[in-house]
Amino acid sequence: MNQNKAQKKLLAAAFLAAGAILLIASLGMDFAGSGSAMRGPMLIIGIIAFFAGLYLFPTEKHHRKIVYIIFLFPLLFTFGVTVIIPLLLGIGYSFTDWTGIRFTQFVGFSNYASMFKDPAFIYSILITFVFVVMNIILVNLIAFLLALLCTSGIKGQGFFRASYFLPNLIGGIVLGYIWQFVFNNVLINMTGGISLLSKSKSAMMAIVVVYIWQYAGYIMLIYVTGLTQVPKDVLEAAQIDGANALETLFNIKIPMIASTVTICTFLTLTSAFKQFDVNMALTNGAGSVPNFMGNYLSNGTQMLALNIYNTAIAKNSYALGQAKAVLFFIILAIVSLIQVRISNKKEVEM
Amino acid sequence: MKSARNTKTIILTIVGVLIAVYVLFPFYLVVMNSFKNQASIVASPVSLAGASLSQLMSNLDKVINNSNFQFWYAFGTSAIVTIISLVLLALFGGMAAWVISRNNKKMWATVIYMIFIASMIIPFQVVMLPLISTFRDVGKFVGISMLQSVPGIVFAYCGFGGAMTVFILTGFIKGIPYELEEAAAIDGCSPEGTFFRIIFPLLTPVITTVTILNGMWIWNDYLLPSLMLGQNGKVKTLPVAVQAFVGSYVKQWDLILTAALLAIIPMIIIFIVAQKQIMSGMVEGAIK
Repeated sequence: MNQNKAQKKLLAAAFLAAGAILLIASLGMDFAGSGSAMRGPMLIIGIIAFFAGLYLFPTEKHHRKIVYIIFLFPLLFTFGVTVIIPLLLGIGYSFTDWTGIRFTQFVGFSNYASMFKDPAFIYSILITFVFVVMNIILVNLIAFLLALLCTSGIKGQGFFRASYFLPNLIGGIVLGYIWQFVFNNVLINMTGGISLLSKSKSAMMAIVVVYIWQYAGYIMLIYVTGLTQVPKDVLEAAQIDGANALETLFNIKIPMIASTVTICTFLTLTSAFKQFDVNMALTNGAGSVPNFMGNYLSNGTQMLALNIYNTAIAKNSYALGQAKAVLFFIILAIVSLIQVRISNKKEVEM
Repeated sequence: MKSARNTKTIILTIVGVLIAVYVLFPFYLVVMNSFKNQASIVASPVSLAGASLSQLMSNLDKVINNSNFQFWYAFGTSAIVTIISLVLLALFGGMAAWVISRNNKKMWATVIYMIFIASMIIPFQVVMLPLISTFRDVGKFVGISMLQSVPGIVFAYCGFGGAMTVFILTGFIKGIPYELEEAAAIDGCSPEGTFFRIIFPLLTPVITTVTILNGMWIWNDYLLPSLMLGQNGKVKTLPVAVQAFVGSYVKQWDLILTAALLAIIPMIIIFIVAQKQIMSGMVEGAIK
């Protein structure tokens, strides 16, 4: 038994040592500037060997802790490298003259100052807010009506639910091109030979239409779940008391699904705010605005997410784009917090 | 009374059918126009005039073998990226969620959990630019390309999908009685054995939910792969390939719509097969 344990200890120590040596060697090669292709695999094998050594180490007392560390490591590591580090770097970069690769100096708030002097950006913020508000109202209203329809006991409810949900399966890029075809080639006869996409205002309406088409089916499903969870006996009691369909709807169904309304509003809010794919594929932000605060703009349908993307990628102003993105993050955080606050209050009152 | 009810049902059914026609109409246009050539699409985009099977074959041939689109290659890349990311997210997410929920009284676990929750509000836009430069630097540092590579993109999806996965899985694991694990421990089962033999199999329903949510997002995602892989890079996922293809064939609707058809079909097939699971998974993911 004892000998067995000693052997195990030796094996674990060998793994730990091999892992550590590989790690140090590969990191050393990195810092020494060696271009050897082996250093990547060496690093990975080193990490695995090190964890294998830890795992094999024969300790009753700490084994559980070691397992916890090994279990947490993969997700925390990927999460840290893809979310936390870029977030912190990004906030830092927004105060510099970052070019996407390097920066030479800190410039304080000048990126933030210059973006507020840019009428095109302010215009993007405004239309994004209009878009979000319109969609919160329209998507929720339409989705709720669809949910009522799909729970009214008509035949083929399952088919209706599935077909209304179907657009949600398709990615925004493909959707955008399909609808571009619809607006430019199919509906053009109905709109008098002029495509809806050719004018800024009607193009924004077109994006709203496509967004509702894509998203209302999904929100409808959530409302359907909410509505089917309203207890049957409560509805029966209301019927016995002589409540008509509308009274039942407004006095019983809607108050009872208040939490569902919160969820749906929140989902629509964040998703509409981040709208990018459809915007890019449908109009790519184009559209003329003759006079906005005394300026001519050519980004009549460019919402915030697309504006950030174009600032950085198309115009190559990474620092400015990053500053806009930080503002985007702050707005989204504030709006979501307010939204959750308001909804929580309402639920308590009801 | 009964006839009034009948009329109401009939009216509602008609309304339902009309909405379904409206919702499905763009799909009809895509399918039907894939059977036509450019001239007859422009002349009559709605009618069946000019549609033929041989035209569909010719369109498919042109699209699939197009050097900008490379359908099979893009499809394969998308499938590999999605499947590996989903497997890793389920595995790593389950492992992390189990550790977090079994230590939920400890400070460090609570902090990790709160960071995950808070991070769900972070929009992709605020991390996307530094993400590219970080991945470029990490890739150079370890000598493995993180951009323009499938492993790099899988890594990114594990990072971005981690928070939601852990959030949903932790909620579920908290509901699994701890006695189950104690019994296993008394029987001499190691902690890792307890997780893989007892807890992980119990997670099947919630892992289905998580996999559907993550799968829909990863398969359809455009922005992350387009930034990481580049518009005209060697490695392409399906959405990136569609964008590159359409960009090079402006207004060539016969080819664009056929490409759209090819991009849609896999999702539709999966939806038809697993309709119930997908619809309930999407709802459960949202409610939690």
